[in-house]
Amino acid sequence: MIDSLGWVFIIGGVVFNMLGCLGLVRFPDLYNRMQAATKSVTLGTCGILFGIFLLSGFSALGIKALVCILFVLINLPVASHALSRGSLIFGIKMWHKTVKDDFSKDRGEKPAIEEDE
Amino acid sequence: MARKLAYWIAGMAIWLLMTWTVEYQSVIAGAVLSFIAALIFGKYLPLDPGKLLNPRRWFWLLIFMPVFAYQCFKANLDVALRVLAPGLRLNPGIVRIKTSLKSEIARTFLANSITLTPGTMTVEIKDDVLYIHWIDVKTDDSELAAKIIKGPFEKLLARIFD
Repeated sequence: MIDSLGWVFIIGGVVFNMLGCLGLVRFPDLYNRMQAATKSVTLGTCGILFGIFLLSGFSALGIKALVCILFVLINLPVASHALSRGSLIFGIKMWHKTVKDDFSKDRGEKPAIEEDE
Repeated sequence: MARKLAYWIAGMAIWLLMTWTVEYQSVIAGAVLSFIAALIFGKYLPLDPGKLLNPRRWFWLLIFMPVFAYQCFKANLDVALRVLAPGLRLNPGIVRIKTSLKSEIARTFLANSITLTPGTMTVEIKDDVLYIHWIDVKTDDSELAAKIIKGPFEKLLARIFD
């Protein structure tokens, strides 16, 4: 019973990771891609790790998987924050249908939005 | 001093979890290594150690975790649906919101939680102002946006960290 539940978590995690990769290809600009990469990959990776915990129980492997979930939850948002902040300051433009850009407005610059094609 | 002690205990706990054995050689090695790490990095611990002993904060942390897990799951379904939807159902933008949280660690946790919840990602924090990249901007009003984006997190984090 617990074994099959573990496999459900692992397969679900792989599906979510795949959706995240699809989002990387489909979304129009860096910032939207970062959203797909952070969110789907968080749940996907945590799902796989939790599945491993269910399969191996309270052993050295299972506990390591649980600790890794904690590290992933802390590190992924920080990495996405650093990457998106850096590229915004560097001047990477957002998609042309972007609605507003308070960040550049408050820095006294033009909104970092692509011109319409 | 108290910070270093808290760091030592936390490092020891993570060592024990990662090795998952109580063999005395491994435990001694972990104690020595986490002591050295605590001596070097203990002063950077962003928490006030006195707050760690308050059981009410741990209780709210327990409440926080399922709320966070539910929001995180919702975020993933949301993004997955956007990925699969034909055409691009996107309406992105960067909005500015304010937070009432005081301590740095609480703000960090708020930013991390916002990044992992539906369609929002923290781009920058300056003092009490957060810049959020929102995949589907629903409103122009800053206060309403703050209410939608922060959801239940700000109140819970204020009880845990502030």
